Amino acid sequence: MDGNKDIRTTDATRDAPALVWPDDDTLIPDWIYTDQRIYDLELEKIFLGRHWNYVGLDCEVPEPGNYFRSYVGPLPVVVTRDADDQVHVFENRCAHRGVEFCREYRGTADSFICPYHNWTYNLKGDLTAVPFRRGVKGKGGMPADFDMADRGLRKFHVETRGGVIFATACDDMVSVEEYLGPVIAAEFDATFDGSEMKLLGVHRNILPSNWKLYQENLKDPYHATLLHTYLTTFGLFVSSNESNIPVDPTGRHGGLLSRRPEGRPDVSEEEQANMQAFKEAMPLNDPRVLEFIREFDSKWSGSVLTIFPTLTALRQTNILNTRLLVPRGPNEFMMIWTVFGRASDDEEMTRHRLRQNNIFGPAGFLGIEDNEALKFLQDGIRKSMPRDGLALLGDDDEPVDTIITERSIRAMYRYYRDVMGL
Amino acid sequence: MATVMDKGNTALRDARLEIEEFNYEYADTLDRFDVDGWVEYFTEDALYHVIARDNAESGLPLGLIYCEGKAMMKDRAYALLNTEMFAPRYLHLSITNTRALAIDGDLIRATANYTLVETLVEELSRVQQVGKYHDVFQRTGGGLLLKERRCIFDSVMIDNCLVFPV
Repeated sequence: MDGNKDIRTTDATRDAPALVWPDDDTLIPDWIYTDQRIYDLELEKIFLGRHWNYVGLDCEVPEPGNYFRSYVGPLPVVVTRDADDQVHVFENRCAHRGVEFCREYRGTADSFICPYHNWTYNLKGDLTAVPFRRGVKGKGGMPADFDMADRGLRKFHVETRGGVIFATACDDMVSVEEYLGPVIAAEFDATFDGSEMKLLGVHRNILPSNWKLYQENLKDPYHATLLHTYLTTFGLFVSSNESNIPVDPTGRHGGLLSRRPEGRPDVSEEEQANMQAFKEAMPLNDPRVLEFIREFDSKWSGSVLTIFPTLTALRQTNILNTRLLVPRGPNEFMMIWTVFGRASDDEEMTRHRLRQNNIFGPAGFLGIEDNEALKFLQDGIRKSMPRDGLALLGDDDEPVDTIITERSIRAMYRYYRDVMGL
Repeated sequence: MATVMDKGNTALRDARLEIEEFNYEYADTLDRFDVDGWVEYFTEDALYHVIARDNAESGLPLGLIYCEGKAMMKDRAYALLNTEMFAPRYLHLSITNTRALAIDGDLIRATANYTLVETLVEELSRVQQVGKYHDVFQRTGGGLLLKERRCIFDSVMIDNCLVFPV
């Protein structure tokens, strides 16, 4: 058996000393994906820490009174638009006994009434009515000093940028623009350019893997042409495409940007020899699916942004979506995919986007493979003897057009270690 | 509207029996992973749409799978059988509660309930999808074909991924 020095054989030896990160940037300890203590610490240091958490899109609450269920990290929240057109994010947990009171995916309301004891909240999350406050016949009821102003729902600070809604528990948070950093903010603004969006629908799925693995997956250009034979078979992406892998100065956010050449990409012999699953290029019976209608002021036809902690934003050809990762314990997360077009789309453009969306989503050609691969990965980490994972490829100071690299994954974990104190 | 309950309305009852036969063959084709064969249950211009119930009821058009025409279905079949990586599994598609609702010339409007149970290696069998078909069948020289199959699924929260069509 190789790798003996990495093996911690019993739970006792794992628990006794503090979890220690290996003194090597290319090693990632497997306990960050499986350990409940790490999961609990992430809530405090990351989701309730100095971060902007993506919660949804403006176009999900287009009118005053609209609301939808969402999450800040693992915490259930409600996102609303009030009568003054302000967006609010508050906990989906009654201040009285703790009931998760909002049970619909989305809807329209002028207030939320907890069904258990009818405590009533307005669209800002303020408590506005409590039944039997004075009791009955002078007996019972609330204490005399009960003040509804103190008993509202816990609220998050909210900022919207380009129609994307972020929430934070941090009281002295920097702006979203500063949080993203200039390079990532520029790419973010290229997709979310301020034009009105139109919601096309939402996918939801549960993945039996740790939420961080999904961020890694979209920071990992190495797997793209190896796992996703669809991309190369139908000519959507090959490793020799012009690409750019930016990382923000803190390391926490990243991007995978690529430009699809006109016509079919040229797959070199070197590339073919390295791709086990490579198939000779196939024409589609219905080529409309891959048709690219230019619509953004950007040289990149494909842009995936990984915004720490739990947002990924995709612009691929004419597919536009955001993905919210909702942790549900160390070994599982839920993904909420919000797919949109633009308000100015005509019917044919909407249908074009719907056709193209077959590529992504939980039944998409790429979605199936990523979800399956991450499930296999978590199975390996969770069930086998402990062993560090490797993120060896590329160099930290390489040119940003290097594609066979794990630089962006290493950068995220440098930031993660720092913020988690590991 | 004439319904199958009307006395003497044998046309809808006959249509229902015919559609049941069709759906049993359809389910068996998918249980055998014969996605190329699955394509042949549709007309050239058919619409195949698998859509979450909450999207459908909110008037949101996004499909988990959305195929306009048989060509798109052929491309999905090719991709599944030749390019896709997924865990080995057994499929068990049950189609029940078949109803023929109306006949209009060579078109029959029908619904049916469906349940897809998936079984993966060393895992318990689980319901991957439960939903209702909203169908339009077309009578052709060679028998019935689907002109439209909208699969509206209640199981909005998908377990990892849906690999095969329903």
